Amino acid sequence: MAARTTQEAQAVIDLASGDPHRAGIVPLSFVRQVLAVCVFPDLLRDDSIPLDARQRAQRFLDICPQGSVGVYSSTTGMPYVVQRIAEFISKRDGGIAADPNQIFFYSGTQENLKMVLNLLSSGSGEMQTGVLTPLPYPHTLPRLLQYTRLKLVPCSLKQSQGWAVNTEELHRTVTEAREHCNPRALFICNPGIPTGHVQDRKSMESVIRFAAAERLILLVQEVYQDCVHGPGIEFLSYKKVLLEMSQEYSEHVELISFNSLSNGSLGECGLRGGYMELVNTDTAVAERVKVLMGFRSPPVLPQPALEVMINPPTPGEPSYPTYKQEMSLIQTTLSHNAQRGYEVLNSLKDVSCQPAMGGIFLYPRLELPAQLIEEAKTLGLPPDVLLCQMFLDKAGVCVGAGSENGSEHDTYCYIRVSFAASSDTFQDALSRLCSFHHHLHETYS
Amino acid sequence: QFKVHIVKGVKCSNFYNKSVCYLCVQLSLSVRAAQIREELRQGVKKPYTELIDVTWGDPQGAGLKPLTFARQVLAACLYPKLLNNERLPADVRQRAEGLLHECHGGSVGSYTDLPGIPQVARQISEFISRRDGGVPSDPDHILISPGSQWALQVHEKYTAMYKFKQLYCGGGGVRSGVLTPQPSYSLSVMSVVGLGGVPVPYQLWEEQGWEVQVEELNRALEAAEGECDPVALYVINPGNPSGHVQRRKSIQDVIKFASEKRLFLLADEVYQDCIYKENIEFLSYKRVLAEMGPPFCDTVELASFHSASKGLLGEYVCGFRGGYVELVNMDPAVMKHVFTIFSKDNAPTPGQIALSVMASPPQPGDPSYPLYRTKQQMQTLIKDNVRKVHEVLNSLPGVSSHPVEGGAFAFPRIDLPPKAIQKAKDLGMEPDIFYCLRLLEDAGLFFTPGCEYGQKDGTYHVRYAKKRFHVEYKDLNTKIKQYYFSLAGFAS
Repeated sequence: MAARTTQEAQAVIDLASGDPHRAGIVPLSFVRQVLAVCVFPDLLRDDSIPLDARQRAQRFLDICPQGSVGVYSSTTGMPYVVQRIAEFISKRDGGIAADPNQIFFYSGTQENLKMVLNLLSSGSGEMQTGVLTPLPYPHTLPRLLQYTRLKLVPCSLKQSQGWAVNTEELHRTVTEAREHCNPRALFICNPGIPTGHVQDRKSMESVIRFAAAERLILLVQEVYQDCVHGPGIEFLSYKKVLLEMSQEYSEHVELISFNSLSNGSLGECGLRGGYMELVNTDTAVAERVKVLMGFRSPPVLPQPALEVMINPPTPGEPSYPTYKQEMSLIQTTLSHNAQRGYEVLNSLKDVSCQPAMGGIFLYPRLELPAQLIEEAKTLGLPPDVLLCQMFLDKAGVCVGAGSENGSEHDTYCYIRVSFAASSDTFQDALSRLCSFHHHLHETYS
Repeated sequence: QFKVHIVKGVKCSNFYNKSVCYLCVQLSLSVRAAQIREELRQGVKKPYTELIDVTWGDPQGAGLKPLTFARQVLAACLYPKLLNNERLPADVRQRAEGLLHECHGGSVGSYTDLPGIPQVARQISEFISRRDGGVPSDPDHILISPGSQWALQVHEKYTAMYKFKQLYCGGGGVRSGVLTPQPSYSLSVMSVVGLGGVPVPYQLWEEQGWEVQVEELNRALEAAEGECDPVALYVINPGNPSGHVQRRKSIQDVIKFASEKRLFLLADEVYQDCIYKENIEFLSYKRVLAEMGPPFCDTVELASFHSASKGLLGEYVCGFRGGYVELVNMDPAVMKHVFTIFSKDNAPTPGQIALSVMASPPQPGDPSYPLYRTKQQMQTLIKDNVRKVHEVLNSLPGVSSHPVEGGAFAFPRIDLPPKAIQKAKDLGMEPDIFYCLRLLEDAGLFFTPGCEYGQKDGTYHVRYAKKRFHVEYKDLNTKIKQYYFSLAGFAS
């Protein structure tokens, strides 16, 4: 995509990367207030900032060496924060214990995942380590696997099945894969990215049994656990489901789960902060991770933000009303956008879309006009990339080409559309999409 | 079960594996240091009342206060309501407003454009140009990264990929080599290996204050023949841990060498703000290259690295992770690939803001300037302290230390008595590790052993962070003297 000036860029609506603030979602005041005070402690005396935000910052500054967030922090994450994360996980999972020594804080899921992948990576040719993953997958995954020299082994999900995970398909994929690589892990997102599918307990248990049978490590991206839409849908963590199964699984299946600040409600993608939890892994792994993290300390600033994410204001505290209001607004906006987007997309000719059960993406399927496919071939571009470029040029909306998520088909394509945006922005984007779609079919009919 | 694999280099795997082992030792030393701190806190009786840690170059960790201007700008960027707060100086509010304007959605929580906020890239290019006496710098050739180490890693990968494109595809299996200084910051070396490259060590000349010698570069290059295909030359100026600051002639010689041997120059210049010796000036590789004129200035490929974490006064915030790399004379087709690699990882926004302040600090006339200036004045104090410590150390028998020129660290040589060396070997330890361990236990002084950085066989060094010796550690000199004489007890 050609570089744009700042002004032009600001007129473009970006719904491809899943960056809520970029699309108009307002950051949570409490998070920012705490961070501002941490960064500039003179604000501890500033009455315009609520007392509980100042107190929270003070508590944090008290545990920072020299009382400053500018100092390199302890390499696996500040013990205070890691402890809070453990408590959050335990509470979320209905009381199942979480061990702070198996929790590591770093600058976002990409970094945490990279570390784990580096540890897994070995071999080349037929012995190259492979990572199984349902397709479509997050668009950031291929280059991460390439960078860590791992083979991506995709297992196609079906839109017609609501993007549900199919363990038979997983079995078939892994058996075939063993002939040309060495599969050692299964990377899965729940809620799915970009599918938005939220697994139920039964589905998760069958994935766990599959992983056990095939001796695969489970790597689970759960960043959108805070974003579940639709009645009756509940997020269950893989850890909870695993530990509630029988001993042969709960004590043996290795699991590493990821969560970060780039979630639906906080959306603090630019701050770069996240954690991972190791379950049932060999002690050597945690040791090695510690050594690797000893090379580069994690940033300090995202840590108070993460602490607020998992430990928000409670009723009775001065910031609670504002926090509750802002949070509600974000969540209703997301649910509303999800629903609206689903309806509008499905109303368009030759477009079909599954509802987003969770997460922040819709993943509609578009039938491609034959002429467009030809044009794309001439230009040497995948047809969906051409489509997205045209949409961007004509309507100033940036959506993601499904080929980046692994979806490659002959006569149709997928696009990923983030609905983590303000209502107005999303509504605007939807109407531009409808006009464009109309124009497309007129031009290429 | 989840087994852990380490990428093994080819011939240099010994060096790499040793480095990892030493780092593990360093970690154990750190763990022991933390334990001792805790024991002291609990009142366990020791020959000292506090632990003095001189392993890291983290100025704020040693008690220096951060730069107010930087913190204020960052606070306002994080919480934009402060833009209306009159208690914040006008220049702070203006700066924050300008930066936020270029952040998507007006929030530092968005991913920034790759490779960084445009305004910050512009400020950095202006900063570079000023520093280099007017040599122009192109903002489009500046990539912002989360800390310079990361940028270096990406660069190694890029060099390897780039060179591979130039080789026969059928050739396969020939690894790219990177000439790396010894002693050197171990992480850089490991980055090379971690990305599938081969580190080719060249010795710095200790007798001449850790200078770079072209004959040694030649020797190293020749030694690499058959082992790998050298594609890059990595230099650290000011040196880490050596503290040597290269003079113009030295830089020119290195550039000529790189040009002749067609090596890509990687210049790690993160300690450029830390110059202690009078009459020495930091000259950037870029500047020297530009002033050499054609053909060098148009052909030698160079990447120079800097970071927001390594300033003299710690006004730059280590915890915020911000750095940049400037690319010079890069093939445009390859630049495109570099962008793709960089696009994998965004630099955290707070780090970019820290860079903005570093590149463009308050100017005379700005409301924040007076406060900023008082920080600058502390520089003289620090320089004095650094000189004093050097004098004390050098006066001890068996310790020889070069006058500190620049950088954050010093790397004195320790002549250990044979008995001490034997004792270490009996315990299965490297002698300098043994020395540091005893220093830690018996005197409460935490230094880093030299083996971690690479040293000539049979020589031993320790590394310490010079900046730590500012006001508080008055009795440090006494302690070192005391301890050293006790170690001399091994001589008898």
